[in-house]
Amino acid sequence: MNEMAARAPGVRRVRKYRGWRLFLQTVVARAYPRVIGAQREKSWMFFDIFLPLLSVAAYVYVYRAIQAPEEYVGFVVVGGAMTAFWLNILWSMSSQLYWEKEQGNLALYIIAPNSMMAILLGMAVGGLFATLLRAVVIMVIGSWLFGVSYSVSSAWQLALVFLITMVALYGMGMMSASVYLLLSREAWHISNLAQEPVYLLSGFYFPIKNLGFWVSMAASIIPLTMGLDALRQLIFPSGAALGVLSVEVEIAILLVLSLVFLVSARWLLVYIERLAIREGRLTESRR
Amino acid sequence: MISSLSKRLISDIRAFWRSFRLSAWLGWQIESNWADPFLFAIYSLIKPLAAVAILVVMYSIITQGDYTSPIFTYIFLGNAFYIYVGQVMTGISWAVIDDREHYKTLKYIYVAPLQIPTYLLGRGVARFLIATVSVTATLLVGVLFLHVQIDWGAVNWLLFLLALFLGGIMLAMMGLILASVLLLLAHHMWGLGEAVAGALYLFSGAIFPLEVLPPALRVIGYLMPITYWLELLRRSLVGQVAGAFPTLVNLSNGQILGILLALTIAFGLISRFTFKWCDHQARERGLIDVVTNY
Repeated sequence: MNEMAARAPGVRRVRKYRGWRLFLQTVVARAYPRVIGAQREKSWMFFDIFLPLLSVAAYVYVYRAIQAPEEYVGFVVVGGAMTAFWLNILWSMSSQLYWEKEQGNLALYIIAPNSMMAILLGMAVGGLFATLLRAVVIMVIGSWLFGVSYSVSSAWQLALVFLITMVALYGMGMMSASVYLLLSREAWHISNLAQEPVYLLSGFYFPIKNLGFWVSMAASIIPLTMGLDALRQLIFPSGAALGVLSVEVEIAILLVLSLVFLVSARWLLVYIERLAIREGRLTESRR
Repeated sequence: MISSLSKRLISDIRAFWRSFRLSAWLGWQIESNWADPFLFAIYSLIKPLAAVAILVVMYSIITQGDYTSPIFTYIFLGNAFYIYVGQVMTGISWAVIDDREHYKTLKYIYVAPLQIPTYLLGRGVARFLIATVSVTATLLVGVLFLHVQIDWGAVNWLLFLLALFLGGIMLAMMGLILASVLLLLAHHMWGLGEAVAGALYLFSGAIFPLEVLPPALRVIGYLMPITYWLELLRRSLVGQVAGAFPTLVNLSNGQILGILLALTIAFGLISRFTFKWCDHQARERGLIDVVTNY
């Protein structure tokens, strides 16, 4: 009977993978709705691009009102584009497993024969790709609106800094997603709380050097702090003078952060999943 | 005849007050019951203080910490009082999303003996109180540590309280318009409030004088009641600072108050009609108890 069903017209036999192939398939499957779904809902792009652009414009006009050098306008545009990644980490990485729990999907993820790490990685890859498109658009429109010009001193370093900043950042998002599993309504509030203070401490709208060396070092736990500082050093003529550390040192810090966050994400996921199962929190929905 | 009218009026006021009071209490419970009071207080302070600190750092980098300049007080006060806009306006509109999508109680509220607009306005009270704590703390930090030039003896308290009261009503009316629109929306409900608050932040001269904007965009600022509200608050607290900027220098306090009052009434009427229409549409389309999981 099963054989007949498999051969019936229109019924395709699904090939079942194991091991690394299953891992990869899970990553692609979880990334798919992020990339394709986000592009299908075009109106979301308006909000994702329009809202950061409003903030960018407001801060640009503040700099203009106090007659800041034009390069600061560029700092704001680059920082504004990077907010898209931070918001993606807060709302679509850290909070995601919490949302999945609220909607009842989390239990399905766990009972399916796939790795939860692959699901987190799929979320990260899909989120990164979809957010990258938005960040590029914000940067292009912001640069065009406010006449920002760039001067790239090293293209390969620029690409490397961006890449490892994203690895560290999304590693952090994967790690915090596990922690959020134990939270209920607090998850929403914590994500909400982590916006402005991080914009401040990571220097989204001004060079982080101005907050002092030790504050900058403390803030470098958030990968965007060092990432933004290095990016500004590489794309603005005066960036190097305003950087808190040399680009090479910042790259080294970002590499360490990437490693720490990815390993911690793996460890925390296993630990917290077990804890959540033991405490019966995987299927709760506390409103 | 007069006696029956006055009885009716008293009964309406009682019904309004009962709904308003209870929804305000409910709003406070919802806003504050997720954490202990200490954590809640920190939460209410960290966000606004961080937001103002971004501007303070930006300003101090460029001016080497010249906090005595009028532009600093202008920026600081505008940003501090803008906290009310985000909290009250989006707070009222958020009640629709919270009750419909999150708690799934909007349909029960609809069948309860209360007026929905009154209920929504009441839900904004908790946000107004939280905003008051945030604004007060921000102002204190400004006065104590950043030399914001407020001479408490020279403050025009009557104008300040009048502007604050009128502004509260104006923001509530704008919030009710947003809430009405949200009754019909599923897809953009998360972004609409933020988009409106963000746009008003840019166009109302909250953190920079309107003259900095290109002339075409400046017009939007002149049409927004928040522009006049912030100007009145600045004039009442630091008259000399407000006079240093040409935006509304040709208008007297009375004229600006008149404009704010007229715009508040206009927004009140718009909110009434908008709610009526959106409410009818939402009932027609069966959206009152819709849960989109979007």
